[in-house]
Amino acid sequence: MSDLTGPAPVTALGRAAFDGYVRVAEEPQRAMFTLRGDLSAAALKNAATGLAGVDMPGQGQVALNAERAIAWMSPDELLLTLPWAEHDKACDQLEATLSDPMLNWADVSQARALFSLSGPDGAVREVAAKLAPVDFSPAAFPQGSFRRTRINQVAGAFWCPAPGRIEVICFRSVADYVFRLLSDAARPGSEVGLYA
Amino acid sequence: MSSRLAKGGRLIDRGAMREFTFNGKRMKGVEGDTLASALLANDQVMMGRSFKYHRPRGVVASGAEEPNALMGIGTDGYFEPNQRATTQELFEGLSAESQNHWPSLEFDVGAVNAKLSRFFPAGFYYKTFLWPRSFWEKLYEPIVRQAAGLGKAPKDRDADTYEHLYAFADVLVIGGGVAGLTAALEAGRAGAKVLVLEQTAHWGGRAPVDGGEIGGATAEEHIATLVAELESLPNVTLRLRCMGAGVYDHGYILGYERLTDHIADKSGPRHRLWRIRAAQVITATGAIERPLSFAGNDLPGVMLASAVRDYVVNYGVAPGDRVAVVTNNDDAYRTAFAMKEAGLDVAVILDAREAGGGALAIAAREAGIRVEAGRAVAKVLGSKRVTGVEICAQAGSGSVLDTIPCDVVAMSGGWSPVVHLWSHCGGKLYWDTEHAMFRPDAEKAPTSHDGKGFVRCAGTANGEMLLSQVLKDAAAQGQAAAKAAGFEGTASGLPDVTEVDEIPLAPVWIMPAGASYDKRSKAWLDFQNDVKVSDIQLAAQEGYESVEHAKRYTTLGMATDQGKLSNINGLAILSDSLNEAIPQVGTTTFRPPYTPISMGAIAGQGRGETFQPLRRTPIHAWHEAHGVQWEPVGHWRRPYAFPQAGESTHDAVNREITTVREKVGLLDASTLGKIVVKGPDAGKFLDMLYTNMMSSLKPGRCRYGLMCNENGFLIDDGVVARIDENTFLCHTTTGGADTIHAHMEEWLQTEWWDMQVHVFNVTEQYGQIGVVGPLARQLLELLGTPEISKEELPFLGWADRVVGGIPCRLYRISFSGELSYELRVPAGQTLALWEALMEAGKGLGVAPYGTEALHVLRAEKGFIMIGDETDGTVTPQDLNLHWAVSKKKDDFLGKRGQMRSHLSSPDRWKLVGLETLDGSVLEDGAYILDAGDNDRGQRNMQGRITSSYYSPTLGRGIAMALLKHGPDRMGETVQVTKLGAEPVAAKVVDPVFYDKDGEKQDV
Repeated sequence: MSDLTGPAPVTALGRAAFDGYVRVAEEPQRAMFTLRGDLSAAALKNAATGLAGVDMPGQGQVALNAERAIAWMSPDELLLTLPWAEHDKACDQLEATLSDPMLNWADVSQARALFSLSGPDGAVREVAAKLAPVDFSPAAFPQGSFRRTRINQVAGAFWCPAPGRIEVICFRSVADYVFRLLSDAARPGSEVGLYA
Repeated sequence: MSSRLAKGGRLIDRGAMREFTFNGKRMKGVEGDTLASALLANDQVMMGRSFKYHRPRGVVASGAEEPNALMGIGTDGYFEPNQRATTQELFEGLSAESQNHWPSLEFDVGAVNAKLSRFFPAGFYYKTFLWPRSFWEKLYEPIVRQAAGLGKAPKDRDADTYEHLYAFADVLVIGGGVAGLTAALEAGRAGAKVLVLEQTAHWGGRAPVDGGEIGGATAEEHIATLVAELESLPNVTLRLRCMGAGVYDHGYILGYERLTDHIADKSGPRHRLWRIRAAQVITATGAIERPLSFAGNDLPGVMLASAVRDYVVNYGVAPGDRVAVVTNNDDAYRTAFAMKEAGLDVAVILDAREAGGGALAIAAREAGIRVEAGRAVAKVLGSKRVTGVEICAQAGSGSVLDTIPCDVVAMSGGWSPVVHLWSHCGGKLYWDTEHAMFRPDAEKAPTSHDGKGFVRCAGTANGEMLLSQVLKDAAAQGQAAAKAAGFEGTASGLPDVTEVDEIPLAPVWIMPAGASYDKRSKAWLDFQNDVKVSDIQLAAQEGYESVEHAKRYTTLGMATDQGKLSNINGLAILSDSLNEAIPQVGTTTFRPPYTPISMGAIAGQGRGETFQPLRRTPIHAWHEAHGVQWEPVGHWRRPYAFPQAGESTHDAVNREITTVREKVGLLDASTLGKIVVKGPDAGKFLDMLYTNMMSSLKPGRCRYGLMCNENGFLIDDGVVARIDENTFLCHTTTGGADTIHAHMEEWLQTEWWDMQVHVFNVTEQYGQIGVVGPLARQLLELLGTPEISKEELPFLGWADRVVGGIPCRLYRISFSGELSYELRVPAGQTLALWEALMEAGKGLGVAPYGTEALHVLRAEKGFIMIGDETDGTVTPQDLNLHWAVSKKKDDFLGKRGQMRSHLSSPDRWKLVGLETLDGSVLEDGAYILDAGDNDRGQRNMQGRITSSYYSPTLGRGIAMALLKHGPDRMGETVQVTKLGAEPVAAKVVDPVFYDKDGEKQDV
């Protein structure tokens, strides 16, 4: 199959990065799948956990291990992410295991742009807090939190994989807009100290 | 004269000199000065001219309530008008200019208005410019605008940047005075997450100036202790230079933080708008001193008593050498002590109360200060600044008893708690007769989602005027707020307070009580808008009894200070004129923001490149590198055309069209919506959404479909492909991608929740490239694409193929009438495929084409375009698309609507083609004339142009139109309007101009 997949996909911004008081960076391509159906269905859970190797997340949570993650998107939707190298295998496996017609999936790997904010934990949180109406304090948004929200004028989601790091997704077409917003929010001289 | 004192000034650093300019003149101040204190230190008492009469004005206050000392600050892209000198901190190189004067501050032509003030009564504008109506726009308005207005509007683009910040707190404390800090500490100790906002650069508010001992320490020392403990609490956040601007529903509060206004380095964001959600809000916003209304109370040198001592104590600045204090309360005596302590003269204290003051008055007399009870100011002497006061009895009509030379008048009419933020979201007030002030009514607090109050006032803002009461109230409010937010602490003991007791004030609204018209017409209420006591009285006489009406008629409180000094005095005068009690007259409405906030702060990052999101396709950068002319389509940019060097847009479009008709063109169709519909009921679901039958579509095949809303009007169209038994891919229009996806989810979630269907919007997962033209197949074959012959992949079929090594899904669909393959490819490989197609197609004459060529190509074929042929009032039947509206289906969205008499009327305007007799291009949107006029004398119309282009294929103008009974009138000639010219004759023809039998696309 690999000789038929063509050139390696390019990300929206070619791995753009900005070093402000936190680092804003477009992350390498990651495999992403939308899974829809009854989240308590064994087949759905098995498909997700089998591929990601992490537990099912609770509401508003992401269960993760580096690039492998399952995020709770809505009462009938999950986001499954995997290293890009496993993309094709995962497609085959999802097709094979989600045979129930009401357990559905779609490949959304390239529909999105993925950014990371990294740096001192408080600084990373406050940069996110400049753009989204979310309480990013460590108490309200601990490691493993996942939040669908808006980034200024567009849809996006944030999660906290580890202290000092927040990952952000938005639609691919607005990658440049979101990157500019994040970079502006991270501009040296605009530090707030909200979570210091 | 006003000057810098030899010592004192708790907020300044005398060692750090700061040079600035005022109206181009170089002056020196020191670090810690406000612009106002620095100007006073330079003996610049006159700081501007008034709005209406251009009277000389000096600074009145020392804080946010300042009405007079408004400046244009900064230059060029950093210029901003109407900034209060009292809140502008001084920095090296600051440039300030005063306002409302021409040609200069010292000599002003407009001051003649003051001499004519009898001719500028309340409601002057309404009365004078009523007639004749036609004069308003051309004559009156330009003159009024020239003469009026405060500062100049900035001419340059704002060079600063701004940002927003979302913050959350259990208890938000607005105001960092001794009350706010005390309340915050109680809430913080209880464990609540506390955020404290203070609008100035310093903690402590008035307490350090007004004195008193707390726990054996000075107020200043006590504040330092409070701040130190608050800073040590991890759950407390403290922000200086951050004003609580507005309180809104559900605990939403705006904070306005000024980051660079006080420094020369403007590189960082200038303002930050805090968008706060708080469970509980404490407003500890203090109080504002009221001016007294006496003749000449607006002369430079007449100031609030509190401001006079602020300048002395905080900035080491003497507003004058010799002060006359005039008051109706004890508190103003403190100003006399402050002046005396600084070695300045106190000429007299005029206490309007018949019996005089309390303990402070006794102390004043003991200190040898002349104190006169029952006395008032009859008139302030001086022209551009105070030279003395004439004294009279408060009780009389103003006969002069004595004249006292002085160069500053410190006035105090009592204090008004700052209840603005309490009131923003509906908090009610009551009138406290003893203190003559409106106070927050705790029983009627602003309520949140649960019907419970979420705002409480603390300290002076709550009407507590003595330090001991302030601390007690603040501690209680802090504990109560924490408890309401779910945190229970143990009350800390209150510190002992040493303070001087005060006796009640006497309400004095006009001075002297029996002031003549002459005096009343020189007694200012609203300094900024030049409203006098006589104006309010006139308004009352003329029947403006409602406080809201009187305000608008006289413009009292309508300037940038929103009447912070004038409202209470004004409504007291109004109630007196109406013979009603003050609470019966009531206040005007307090609206956010508390003081003006910058437009930039509101916009935040919504400026420049991030003003709006701009959506880019995966091929966007390539287009940009190849001379694209963009067309905005929603938030997308789509190529309109690709003009080559020296080519006009029109020529480029024609070339692109010819390329597609004769060779092969490439279209970036990535913006089209792509929605996957999956599940056992997918066919059933689509049968309800589309007007035609989709469930009968065979896997591997495509079908054009129409979508209507419930009213039967066309909302979207596109090609649906059946992927497998349970899966369809629906193409939508570019603009419809998000709305149709939402439309589908809405029906699934709210009405058809029992249907077993999932929808996925995969619009952005894929790019889509149209390979269009007679050489399209040849181009794909050059890239080694197998099995794409007519037999292997027929028209309206789809198949997965590898094109140039990239796996694609090929749809044999055509919006141009030519042989066409639309290639769906993952977004990350779209550019690679596009470049491969461009490279391989060189020998075939391949060229990219844009939306204009696309439009002409489809119009030549008579294909409708959503948004051109439709406008939300057009049905499929209007467009002769009956064939795409199923008669077999029991139901679909729009079926019932289309049965209504108006929608099924035979008289509706229907789609036709039009060809001008002279070959010219009709105007888009033009009307087709009918005979006669309607009942309003307008020409009757029988149709309109929906699309009109020059067709290079046909060498003439072509148009599509909606025409009454259109399809029955083929060959008829109609008249089409043309702007500024005679109507154009056009022949009604079939809207399909090119390849009527569709042979070219099916090869």
